Amino acid sequence: MSAANPLHAPATGRGLSPRQKRELRKIGVGLLFISPWVVGFLALNLYPILASFYYSLTRYSPISAPRFIGLFNYEKLLYFDPLFIKALTNTLYFVVFAVPLGNMLALALAVLLNQKVRGLSLFRTIFYLPSILPLVATSIVWTWLLHPQYGAVSVIMEGLGLPVISWFSDPAWAKPALIMMSMWGTGWMMLIYLAALQDVPQELYDVASLDGASLARKFRHVTVPMISPIILFNTIVGLIGAFQYFTEAYVITEGGPGDSTLFYSLYLFNNAFAYFKMGYASAMAWLLFLVILILTFIIFRSSAKRVYYHGN
Amino acid sequence: MIADLGIKRGSVNNALSFILLVVLSLAFILPLFWMITTSLKPIDQLLLDPPVWIPTPLEFANYPSALQEQPFLQYLGNSLQIGLAAVIGALISNSLVAYGFSRVEWKGRDAVFVLVLSTLMLPYHVVMIPLFVSFSKIGWVNTWLPLIVPAWLGHPFFIFMLRQFMLGIPKELSEATRIDGGSEWVLLTRIILPLCKPALATVALFQFIWSWNDFIGPLIYLNERSLYPMSLGLALYHNSQGITDFSILMAASTMAVVPIILIFFFMQRVFIQGISLTGLKG
Repeated sequence: MSAANPLHAPATGRGLSPRQKRELRKIGVGLLFISPWVVGFLALNLYPILASFYYSLTRYSPISAPRFIGLFNYEKLLYFDPLFIKALTNTLYFVVFAVPLGNMLALALAVLLNQKVRGLSLFRTIFYLPSILPLVATSIVWTWLLHPQYGAVSVIMEGLGLPVISWFSDPAWAKPALIMMSMWGTGWMMLIYLAALQDVPQELYDVASLDGASLARKFRHVTVPMISPIILFNTIVGLIGAFQYFTEAYVITEGGPGDSTLFYSLYLFNNAFAYFKMGYASAMAWLLFLVILILTFIIFRSSAKRVYYHGN
Repeated sequence: MIADLGIKRGSVNNALSFILLVVLSLAFILPLFWMITTSLKPIDQLLLDPPVWIPTPLEFANYPSALQEQPFLQYLGNSLQIGLAAVIGALISNSLVAYGFSRVEWKGRDAVFVLVLSTLMLPYHVVMIPLFVSFSKIGWVNTWLPLIVPAWLGHPFFIFMLRQFMLGIPKELSEATRIDGGSEWVLLTRIILPLCKPALATVALFQFIWSWNDFIGPLIYLNERSLYPMSLGLALYHNSQGITDFSILMAASTMAVVPIILIFFFMQRVFIQGISLTGLKG
């Protein structure tokens, strides 16, 4: 078979059937088309991942070559760096509140918009827009919005007879303020939920109505199961984003007051580019990577029974 | 009876939803309203207790003042150039890659595609330091290249979106062209890409917004003020001194935000479509 035309077979194609050659040619064509991604994957993903792991085992400042120190960075992080623990707990606090609250608000908005209300596209625009605006600009706006004395929110709260809060300058309120701001940016999630809700077949609701199901029951037993893959998707994407929360904290609070908004990525950034401890920062990056991987895995596993994939 | 009840209850629910939506949208608008109204306040109306919601007269001079404080026009121009360069790269690279993952059939394709998607999980911080080291070594620090070149090498989100779109185009279309002796290149540029216009518009828009909004990239790579994009110029201006003149800061923030709002309003349909195109529906 392989010797169909040995004289014309190129050196590499020797011993291959015409079918195999066609296959090889197709792989070649495919790889040619995806070559930009291949280059990107090798240069921007694979090499940096490996290099980062190596750096994490070294003492490395940009002026001297990396020096191998084993697991020292990891030990120091976990046992001897109170700021690291602080950054980690701050981040967990943020993740635990911001991700579910943002998700729930997004879903609530989507459900409201899905009722064929008047002015749908205007409402949709208003809710979605904040999520695509430049974070630096919106961070500055929120600094002023939550100004304890002259900010609009303080004025409104005072008008309602509520106590005045110092938000970003109060260690107890700085994180809640940032969580509130992150909820303001939940519009992209809402849009994804809205698309999912519009895909739930009306018949299911009709049948539930015939059975006398209340709105709450319909939501619980029709809507939620039908969009459960999207809830899972938004949770995981939200989680990965929340662990890397950076810009708002950098611009608004710079980690303060009293390290109350020193988030993981901010501390990592400071280590790398302010203190030039590249090895130490790389160890932080790898721990973050592991935490995200493990949490994602746990969420996937524990949700497997509750997520319902219908149709395609 | 049942039908009547249904309609009646439905409309009550509708009215309730509407009121809720109005209240919520007021809350969502408040920050932007506060930004614009502050940007138009004369200095003597900035720190009043209780504050004025709409200043009289409107002080448009805050905008020229902001432009004097910092070269914001130059920052905006830089953002625009970086954004456009990234958009061109994203359109070219993601079209090619998505084509390779959808319209060419080759062994191992789908396994490699899983690898593409898995890179979405990778936190930027893991690659940030080695990339900085590499880019420093080849002299790209203090240039726009680290902000532009990665966009020329494809992004998993765009690859996924375009691939989904290309898979939806009937195979027969390709086969007819191949029989006529057309190469894959002809097929891509003459037949497939023209059909992908809505998806390509979404890629262009999202890439532009990402570039425009990017902060950590410019923060790491740029030292020279003349190279700053808007995000970095604005942040460093804000953090540099204890600024008390919030009307000027709000004017500058408005200038950073308005281009995105304009783009959104002109291309709203493409935006909304983009979300459904990702195949996230069901």
